Amino acid sequence: MTDSLTSAPPRPVWVVDRWSETRALEEAEDRAVSQPAAEGAVAIETRSLNVYYGDVHAIKDVSLKFYRHEITALIGPSGCGKSTYLRSLNRMNDTIPTARTTGQILLDGVDVGRPDVDVWALRKRVGMVWQRPNPFNKSIYENVAFAPRFHGVRKKKDLDEIVERSLRAAALWDEVKDRLHESALGLSGGQQQRLVIARALAVEPEILLLDEPASSLDPVSTAKIEELLFELKKRYTIIIVTHNMQQAARISDRTAFFLNGELIEYADTKTIFTRPSRKETEDYVSGRFG
Amino acid sequence: MEAHPLIAGRRTREGFRDRLGYAATLLSVAVILVAVAAIYLFVFSRGLATFFVNHVNVLDFLFGTEWRPTLTESEGGPKFGVLPFIVGSFIVTFFSALIAGPIGIGAAIFMTEIAPSWGRKLMQPVIEILVGIPSVVYGFTGLTLIVPFLREHAGGLGFGLLAGILVLAVMILPTVTSISVDALSAVPPEIKAGSYALGATRWQTIWRILMRASAPGFVTAVIFGMARAFGEALAVQMVIGNGKNMPTSLLEPASTITTVITMNMGNTVAGSVENNVLWSLALLLLLMSTVFIFAVRWVGRRGRLMSR
Repeated sequence: MTDSLTSAPPRPVWVVDRWSETRALEEAEDRAVSQPAAEGAVAIETRSLNVYYGDVHAIKDVSLKFYRHEITALIGPSGCGKSTYLRSLNRMNDTIPTARTTGQILLDGVDVGRPDVDVWALRKRVGMVWQRPNPFNKSIYENVAFAPRFHGVRKKKDLDEIVERSLRAAALWDEVKDRLHESALGLSGGQQQRLVIARALAVEPEILLLDEPASSLDPVSTAKIEELLFELKKRYTIIIVTHNMQQAARISDRTAFFLNGELIEYADTKTIFTRPSRKETEDYVSGRFG
Repeated sequence: MEAHPLIAGRRTREGFRDRLGYAATLLSVAVILVAVAAIYLFVFSRGLATFFVNHVNVLDFLFGTEWRPTLTESEGGPKFGVLPFIVGSFIVTFFSALIAGPIGIGAAIFMTEIAPSWGRKLMQPVIEILVGIPSVVYGFTGLTLIVPFLREHAGGLGFGLLAGILVLAVMILPTVTSISVDALSAVPPEIKAGSYALGATRWQTIWRILMRASAPGFVTAVIFGMARAFGEALAVQMVIGNGKNMPTSLLEPASTITTVITMNMGNTVAGSVENNVLWSLALLLLLMSTVFIFAVRWVGRRGRLMSR
């Protein structure tokens, strides 16, 4: 697995292998009643990560470890770099021409920031969901089947199965199962956001990056998304950027506080919200600025 | 009545300016409306006179294949069959769009997706230059380069439908390209990002997301190009050979509706049958351009509905 990013065998083979592998894993999980992962297993990590947009130094020397099957919240005032940091984890910053990144991003001990890394394979393992739901102008079914299709799943039966499983995992199946072939754009905002999550889950990522996934949603939809994240953390590692302090406190295991592109403090969520060691953190979480 | 400062209303200087601006914009709209109405009225009245005053049979006109306006009555004439010209117009329009469509869309994808920085910097002025070249220059260039080339390599005189198609394809290329660029640029970046974040490559994103989302825009681009091709007279007239018979191959000299009008209008007397027949051709052009405009609007509406 370690080498799959740098020297992947021909992709379709690799993809099919990963699918059967995940399926086998799932079955094992079902039998074992989802054991929590061993404490301290690092899912992804950055070492001295710097991101520049042109002359702007957006992320300054951030070293962070994210643990498996945990929800980690990234908090901080607008413009503090938390979204930029999140985007660098699956190299979405590559799509911005002026962005430049230094430092290491370690996934399974492989530096995925290296230029020779297969970013498409990386993004398959590190999924992402944005603030505004961005479903494709296709049917609900095609939105979810989109990525599995080009990752090599061809059989209708397999696709049907993936679509159902992903929609179920995103707690959307019961609401849409009778209209899978209708446009995804007819769904409500909250449903669209869960569809986008289902779409990301369809490629069976290990890590899910969420950039304020609930900030454009109403309270009921927000509650559904949060409930969903709790469910998902059993199988995925979740990193979430949020503006909402209560949300961070409610759902996350650990919290990282960013300010002006720097990581100020990183600890258990409880510690951050009750006994932060830095004054800036305390000021922020108690609402004195930002 | 005592004037209250708040009830000065329309008598103030601002109120006057307000009304002046309103009048000026209203006048502009009126001028445009009058011009369009006048053109439609005039073309319809002259174009229909052929059939109602000169009693030319509409079916003989539309489906006749013989164009002999000077044939005397004793010889069975005159004959005003314009089907060869209609066919000529549709052939050059269809094939030039067939060439310019894929090239224009391909160039647009290059400019917006493959090399948005330098590709666009290079291509934007090129396209503007192409738009700005007068049609007589296109025709002259076609006459000097394409016609001899076809004569050497494809046979025949060189003048003919194919020469017209090639000249028109180059002429409508900038139209197709720039509208396609607009369509591609209108795809929200977060949709693209969504695709990349799922591990899609650039090609997969272009092919499966961008092309689908921009399809209505591409159709609009091609229709606009066709409208331009259908209406172009001068450049086509210079290279198409102006044959009057039904074309049987792309290398034969032929005519289009527009070239017949420009070729003959100087030789006819206003009010004569020959002249009125040309107006009937103009009416055909007008109807076709109306069809193109409605097609564009229909596609635009459909596109919006699809993306809702």
